[in-house]
Amino acid sequence: MSGLEVEGLRFRGLGPLSLSISAGQCVALMGASGVGKTLLLRALSDLDPHEGVVRLDGVDGNEIPAHVWRSRLGMLPAESAWWADDLGAHFSTQVDLAPLGFGPDAFAREVSRFSTGERQRLALARLLASEPRALLLDEPTASLDPENAERVEAILEAYRVRHDAPVLWVSHDVAQARRVASSVLELTPEGLTQAT
Amino acid sequence: MISLTPLDLVLASVLVLALALTSHFAALGLARTLVVVSVRTVVQLLLVGLVLRQLFETTRVSLLLLVVGIMLIVAAREVRSRQARPLAGAWGYSVGALSMFVSSFSVTALALLVVIDATPWYLPQYAIPLLGMLLGNTMSGVSLGMSRFTESAYREKAAIEARLLLGHTAQAATSHLRVEAVRTGLVPIVNSMAAAGIVSLPGMMTGQILAGSPPVEAVKYQILIMFLIASGTGFGVLVSVWLSATRLFDERERLRLDRLDG
Repeated sequence: MSGLEVEGLRFRGLGPLSLSISAGQCVALMGASGVGKTLLLRALSDLDPHEGVVRLDGVDGNEIPAHVWRSRLGMLPAESAWWADDLGAHFSTQVDLAPLGFGPDAFAREVSRFSTGERQRLALARLLASEPRALLLDEPTASLDPENAERVEAILEAYRVRHDAPVLWVSHDVAQARRVASSVLELTPEGLTQAT
Repeated sequence: MISLTPLDLVLASVLVLALALTSHFAALGLARTLVVVSVRTVVQLLLVGLVLRQLFETTRVSLLLLVVGIMLIVAAREVRSRQARPLAGAWGYSVGALSMFVSSFSVTALALLVVIDATPWYLPQYAIPLLGMLLGNTMSGVSLGMSRFTESAYREKAAIEARLLLGHTAQAATSHLRVEAVRTGLVPIVNSMAAAGIVSLPGMMTGQILAGSPPVEAVKYQILIMFLIASGTGFGVLVSVWLSATRLFDERERLRLDRLDG
């Protein structure tokens, strides 16, 4: 089956959790702060030890090298992090940053000179440039103003449609969750439930 | 060669005592430490002198192995104790010990076999001082390199995980930190090579000249030692940083900071 399938996922005392996101579908994930939404994304990306099976397009994550798995899964952390001084050093190819509101000169600038919100958008550009098969988004618009939040939503929508990508979108904003996703899940200490 | 009398050493110790007294009255809080390390210096070096005399007179392989084994263990403990966040458990000692072993011991063996050409090649009179010089310098480099690496890995967890999430391998995800750590470990030896003879007369050469060797002989030995130290330190730092970087990830290329102490 194509898409993302999760069966019996257990991590840090949570679970077993199961969910399924078909190719091209966006599922929003809501839940109180500290309930473990970020931990769920980290477990799916295999950044934290976990039990259970995660499959992407029928391939079990444990059967391929971890770095290949992560390059397909495409997780965007809530806070962006950078390892070199210049922005350009973080991209293997120069991508078009215009849809995010940056000119081509941005690549030569130092990362520290961008604001938190700008870095958040640039981290999204960096992720999409690596063309992951699926997207796991941890509050991708949390530090953005409404105009830029709208831009990011449009870019993610376009990516999902063009690549037929399954998307798991963590959000605190009910209106956004309803807007971007075809299904909204809520994570509680008891497990995942369909939000109404 | 002019022999030192015990009185000469007493005169030198008066200077250290004067420093300790000054430190006491200036409330630097170093007086006690100064006295303790001075006494340690005297006792440790006297003991080493006795052991070396025994070793040089007999050339017993078992005694030689015992001495170099102790040197390596003490150096490994020292490497670990100089780090704020050493690798947890036995790894904290063994990574340092292994890196120093492969670099210092192989460089010493090479120098003894090829350059110095004594018979037998492990003649303690050459082997022990050479290994001591190499181990001492490699130890500084290895502890600097490893502590720089483990601390920056701890501080830059987010950046390392960002690279992992983009599909970088565990080795690639720390490449920027490993380069920095290796450079840090090599700075002291690179500096001392650059300044050798101009700013400072290296300790070994000074000692030889004071003991009566012709300066050019002392210089030749010093050049040999410098090159050996540079290569020993360099390879030791490379191995130790690489091993630390490998240890910080598990089989699924997850960053495992729980494998650090502190």
